[in-house]
Amino acid sequence: MAAPWLSLRLVAPMWNGTRGIHRLGGAVVPEGNQKKERTMLQFLTDHFYDVEALRGYLLQREMSKVHLKNRFRDKEWIRPDKYGHFSPEFWNFREVPVEAVDASDCEINYEGLDNLLLLKELQSLSLQRCPHVDDWCLSRLYPLADSLQELSLAGCPRVSERGLACLYHLQNLRRLDISDLPAVSNPGLTQILVEEMLPNCQVVGVNWAEGLKLGPEEQPQDPASPVPA
Amino acid sequence: MIRRVLLHGLGRGLLTRRPGTRRGGFSLDWDGKVSEIKKKIKSILPGTPRDLLPDTSHLPPEHSDVVIVGGGVLGLSVAYWLKKLENRQGGMRVLVVERDHTYSQASTGLSVGGICQQFSLPENIQLSLFSASFLRNINEYLAVTNAPPLDLQFNPSGYLLLASEKDAAAMESNVKVQKQEGAKVCLMSPDQLRNKFPWINTEGVALASYGMENEGWFDPWCLLHGLRQKLASMGVFFCQGEVTRFVTSSQCMLTTNDEMVTLKSIHEVHVKMDHSLEYQPVECAIVINAAGAWSAQIAALAGIGKGPPGTLQGTKLPVEPRKRYVYVWHCPQGPGLETPLVADTSGAYFRREGLGSNYLGGRSPTEEEEPDPANLEVDHDFFQEKVWPHLALRVPAFETLKVQTAWAGYYDYNTFDQNGVVGPHPLVVNMYFATGFSGHGLQQAPGVGRAVAEMILEGSFQTIDLSPFLFNRFYLGEKTQENNIM
Repeated sequence: MAAPWLSLRLVAPMWNGTRGIHRLGGAVVPEGNQKKERTMLQFLTDHFYDVEALRGYLLQREMSKVHLKNRFRDKEWIRPDKYGHFSPEFWNFREVPVEAVDASDCEINYEGLDNLLLLKELQSLSLQRCPHVDDWCLSRLYPLADSLQELSLAGCPRVSERGLACLYHLQNLRRLDISDLPAVSNPGLTQILVEEMLPNCQVVGVNWAEGLKLGPEEQPQDPASPVPA
Repeated sequence: MIRRVLLHGLGRGLLTRRPGTRRGGFSLDWDGKVSEIKKKIKSILPGTPRDLLPDTSHLPPEHSDVVIVGGGVLGLSVAYWLKKLENRQGGMRVLVVERDHTYSQASTGLSVGGICQQFSLPENIQLSLFSASFLRNINEYLAVTNAPPLDLQFNPSGYLLLASEKDAAAMESNVKVQKQEGAKVCLMSPDQLRNKFPWINTEGVALASYGMENEGWFDPWCLLHGLRQKLASMGVFFCQGEVTRFVTSSQCMLTTNDEMVTLKSIHEVHVKMDHSLEYQPVECAIVINAAGAWSAQIAALAGIGKGPPGTLQGTKLPVEPRKRYVYVWHCPQGPGLETPLVADTSGAYFRREGLGSNYLGGRSPTEEEEPDPANLEVDHDFFQEKVWPHLALRVPAFETLKVQTAWAGYYDYNTFDQNGVVGPHPLVVNMYFATGFSGHGLQQAPGVGRAVAEMILEGSFQTIDLSPFLFNRFYLGEKTQENNIM
């Protein structure tokens, strides 16, 4: 369907210009020329599944861009605008403890962790796909042991099972994501060892069956379910 | 006519430089040209001529500013920092002479590979902290174009030192010093220890110190290989040979107290090739003794220790080889992934090796039990009688274990105070030491290398002051004792 695609392209730039994503989230926005775009968007969304899927995809992409986002109690995430700058009202929240930090895809390194380690009430930390986070960085996380409950290291190219051994200090950890770590030599075995090391923690990552090979006589075929009478 | 032209061309070549001595310096295929010339001569001249232009690529250069005796991690570290800190690029010619290119007996490769900051001396702590940051940033320090990045396989699991009642006070004061220097170490009571590591039996343990950051173990071969690769790219010369002689010149001088003192200076080093009587005299300005367990022999060649005992001339370098065993065992119910390197009150130590429930460890023997360092044969009875009982007491899971393999290596043991010797000799003015670290040479190599390079280039220690490690202390009798030796 060529025509809808053309119209989709037209729609997308207008979105970014007017912070349409926030509008999609349901926040209050000023009236005016948004009304016209909203009705056109609604119209398109109602009539084409592709538009809805595209809108959902663009929303997800905006949310996981290369910016540092924070969340504080009972409020939304604080996000930077399209230039990567935070709004000046951010300064008013200096005293509020930071509960969660999303540093996915961020170029944070060993020295940069200095800033995160000062957050004594941090409960959730996401370091997904950070290119410079390695085993040395993981050995620095122990000051967060009292508060940290959720940690995600999915997709970090430099983290290996040797760094995961340092997570032993984080005894309050309840959810740990170690999926897609290319530097881990034996993902299945590592998952088991990490689960043994942190018994109160739900370790998400590798299915233990990944390291197993299929036997020669087993066929990957489900038996046919009986036809309901 | 052709003969005259050839000989004339050869004559010029002979006068300027000896072909084959400088390897890899030219892109004009010098070796190829040389072999072509040799072929031409053979075809022209009657009979079999004696070997014109013999192949000398295995010999070291005739002149070198610095000759480093010993190609282990300490020698290579000194070479690296000399080239890195020199003021003019290519200003200093450094030659590393290593007797055994397979490193079969070198302490570096046989080492357990641990790094920790839990020492009693501030200088040792600072050296170790610097080495940790060196290893962390190793791919910036030792980057070579088009070479893959180094993976040290560093396990940041930390060291856990256990102290009995009588050592507890010393441990507490040590930890205070370590914290002051910036090491991240914490003290634990037996209850906390049981909570943290339930597989430990805390009987007899009064206090424990646990390193949280910058401590662990890594692969020493990777560091060695990385250093060699980087040095080759920096233009350092390597030679496989043995130093058999120093040619020195002496000067008699009067001190301010009107005493006669003979100052020696080494101006030539004879490097003998393997399995041959061939040797090459290398003119040099500075010699660095980084020969590890064999440093005393090198020092004796320079005349250190030849004199009446009790005088400065008669003070020998008190470094001797001591054999230490390392055993690898398998224990399926042993401690898990979080296991640090545990050093027991009895001196026995162990650490996890890999993911397959394997552990390695050992114990330093007492003075009476010292094995004969003539060879590197392993005494398995030592494990059964002197190591296993202590391990099984401390970690009950180790009562059932199976030894897989074992090896032995040398400590370059400083019999005086078990700490390194760094810096120049007072009488042999151009011999610098970087040896005698008694089991913690690998973890201090980057810092020591930098200190020796600073001493040579600037005349004094710039970053970490290693004056307590100078040679003079052996004559003056001032011990720089390190209490935490494994």
